[in-house]
Amino acid sequence: MNLTGTRPTARRRTRARPGARPAPRTRRGRRVVITGMGVTAPGGIGVKAFWDLLTAGRTATRAISLFDATGFRSRIAAECDFDPAAQGLSPQEIRRMDRAAQLGVVSAREALADSGLGAAEPPPERLGVTIGSAVGCTMGLEEEYVVLSDGGRNWLVDPAYGVPQLYGYMVPSTIATEIAWAGGAEGPVALISTGCTAGLDSIGHGYQLVKEGSADAVVAGATDAPISPITVACFDAIKATSPSNDDPEHASRPFDLDRNGFVLGEGCAILILEEREAALRRGARVYAEIVGFASRSNAYHMTGLKPDGREMAEAIRAAMRQAKLRPDDVDYINAHGSGTRQNDRHETAAFKSALGDRAYEVPVSSIKSMIGHSLGAIGSIEVAACALAIKHNVVPPTANLHTADPECDLDYVPLTAREQPVDVVLSVGSGFGGFQTAMLLARDQGDTGRRGDHHD
Amino acid sequence: MTEATRRAGPRPVVTGIGVAAPNGLGTQAYWAATLDGKSGIGRITRFDAERYPVHVAGEVSEFDDTEHVPSRLAVQTDHWSHLGLTAADMALQDAGVQPAELPEYEMAVVTASSSGGTEFGQREIEKLWSQGPEYVGVYQSIAWFYAATTGQISIRHGMRGPCGVICAEQAGGLDVLAQARRLLRQDATVVVTGGTDASLCPYGLVAQISTGLLSPRDDPERAYLPFDADACGYVPGEGGAMLIVEDQATARARGARPYGAITGYAATFDPRPEPGREPRSNLGRAIALALKEARVTPEQVDVVFADALGVRESDLAEARAISAVFGPYGVPVTAPKTMTGRLYAGGAALDVATALLAIRDGVIPPTVGVRAADPACELDLVRSAARDGPVRNALVLARGHGGFNAALLVTAP
Repeated sequence: MNLTGTRPTARRRTRARPGARPAPRTRRGRRVVITGMGVTAPGGIGVKAFWDLLTAGRTATRAISLFDATGFRSRIAAECDFDPAAQGLSPQEIRRMDRAAQLGVVSAREALADSGLGAAEPPPERLGVTIGSAVGCTMGLEEEYVVLSDGGRNWLVDPAYGVPQLYGYMVPSTIATEIAWAGGAEGPVALISTGCTAGLDSIGHGYQLVKEGSADAVVAGATDAPISPITVACFDAIKATSPSNDDPEHASRPFDLDRNGFVLGEGCAILILEEREAALRRGARVYAEIVGFASRSNAYHMTGLKPDGREMAEAIRAAMRQAKLRPDDVDYINAHGSGTRQNDRHETAAFKSALGDRAYEVPVSSIKSMIGHSLGAIGSIEVAACALAIKHNVVPPTANLHTADPECDLDYVPLTAREQPVDVVLSVGSGFGGFQTAMLLARDQGDTGRRGDHHD
Repeated sequence: MTEATRRAGPRPVVTGIGVAAPNGLGTQAYWAATLDGKSGIGRITRFDAERYPVHVAGEVSEFDDTEHVPSRLAVQTDHWSHLGLTAADMALQDAGVQPAELPEYEMAVVTASSSGGTEFGQREIEKLWSQGPEYVGVYQSIAWFYAATTGQISIRHGMRGPCGVICAEQAGGLDVLAQARRLLRQDATVVVTGGTDASLCPYGLVAQISTGLLSPRDDPERAYLPFDADACGYVPGEGGAMLIVEDQATARARGARPYGAITGYAATFDPRPEPGREPRSNLGRAIALALKEARVTPEQVDVVFADALGVRESDLAEARAISAVFGPYGVPVTAPKTMTGRLYAGGAALDVATALLAIRDGVIPPTVGVRAADPACELDLVRSAARDGPVRNALVLARGHGGFNAALLVTAP
């Protein structure tokens, strides 16, 4: 089925317009929609700058400026031009928070403002927080380690130099605490840390909290600020990152034959998830509905992937079953697309396995080509991009894709963004530990939309 | 909880327990020591802690990383994961689960970690800063991060279902059980869950000291005295517990004997403390919600396993939350963690294991060390000796640094 020419998008939009009579509850129970968004990404702070970068196909990868990377194998990264004071953080907030938490709080404030939620809306006990992060407050932990150990000299680190926030750096849940404080949340709060799928899993967790009724709204997203010596060195050690130090702008090359590893990034995206009926009642603008979320594990290797993409395919199928969607319904796939050969083959195989022939028709792209791989954060940043793709009916491109890899034979949207109807988007993530996650977003379309036609 | 959760079908039961605790490695050793009031708190031996203001902790002294974990796996993982892998093995064996015989996508692993592979991380970061980036080992990227234990358990046992990792300091150890239960309502039939923590290395200890909440006392018997007028902070520890959670029907079908069921849970968060104002705790709301979901009245609860921070204001807040629901001295309260120290994510999981053992044997383990109960804490604290009597419903409380609260109710099968 391909309804591209006949989709009554405008009509469905009208039906779902804020202020319209609330749709009756379906047998699927509570539904979850995205009503607010905040993004701090390389190449620009805020949702607008982020989307401009993606649609222009610009890359934000460059030589590392956050520390002196002389002597490291990979000396490039996708950094945020982030000034915490200019972004409204107070001196005490800046001192107390690791960079990952700073990015998180700034994005959470943007998302809450964007959602139009009032101060006690929903009441604090019905507001939850689910934040993903792969490496938590590593940057702060490392900076303090250097002082306490006097430059690595002493195993018995000096307690006299311990700062009060040191424990807060060791426990990554501090980031969720800061965001809960920023949003005034007193419902369930959690930090999800499944490595590089944390950004999808944290939104998935928030989605489930709203769906099951543990919260009416959730501040959900992910943040990571891993561009510090220890994280760069640990990826150097396994040659996972790109050594293209002479050409950083073109170093992140997912699906390109000349790829040579991922480019480390940093950033944050926070979404506001709400129970759909309440969101519509208050007249909220709805970016998209979350209609499916599933994860599987390969139980194979902590960093290795089998070329057949078997478990990622299974995660995609499970998410499609939940959403009651068929392969033909998917308009765009936001790939994990890290730019390692094993990843690109792995997920290409997974898309073919899960979607069959549709895999060859549907556009697939990787925004990591532009903003690098910010570990746990990227999954949420990609979901934000997917929601914007639905909002604008634009598919962001894969930058730097010049030479096709015969092993990767799908439509990876090279270089240039595409305007096309985007009603249903699949986003996937794959990470250390063997975790594979799939999430499906759909344009909000009321209860009589396309999904209803497919109940089997 | 809502109608949506109440009408959900499966009844999640715990069919296997694995314990790696300072006062006992293995469920039997731990439970015997705990009922006898034998503490595992002692001088720190993992490194020379002389120069630090904290000298005692709960170490799993019987644990030998190379004996309990295959050598190839041991070098890739931190001590915290070694404890977790070992506890998971024990739990699976206890439950009689044969992973090879079960559908691969229906087995999941969800663990809690509060601080990741701290000791491994300190060794590698020391190499980086003292020798250079090329000296950082190939396993740093997979040993240090918070997901290491979940990933390794999944690989070791071929569990390909939806895996997870939750960090909420101590409260995470209860949150993972709620997530395990959530997964049973979806695609999973068996979930390995629980948590461990182990940050007893110099950098880990100094980080813990930075909160000002650790006990500075050297006498292991007088260092950690929650709800005591003489409370002076808590003792840190390492270890934890892993549990096997299954749907009751599938457990029965394979002839497993459950320890108990997870019947209620809720998580809440405290508002940001404001200078000059008494902090407001939402722990009481978590308790009320957990009981409500389980449809259990306060009178039906036989014991509360307290979070028991050992810091006066926090103890008072917890005592008030308990009294508000159960009435002053209204329910037996215990804190066996006085024999292990606080194990963070591992501690809450261990408390759940202990609560299930209390249900099985009809006995409430004691809180050791408390001599002069703080009169402001109106609690019926089970002190000095274990208390016999049927335990049908046991409530476990956990609070995580920064404002996390969780309450979990386990019920006799």
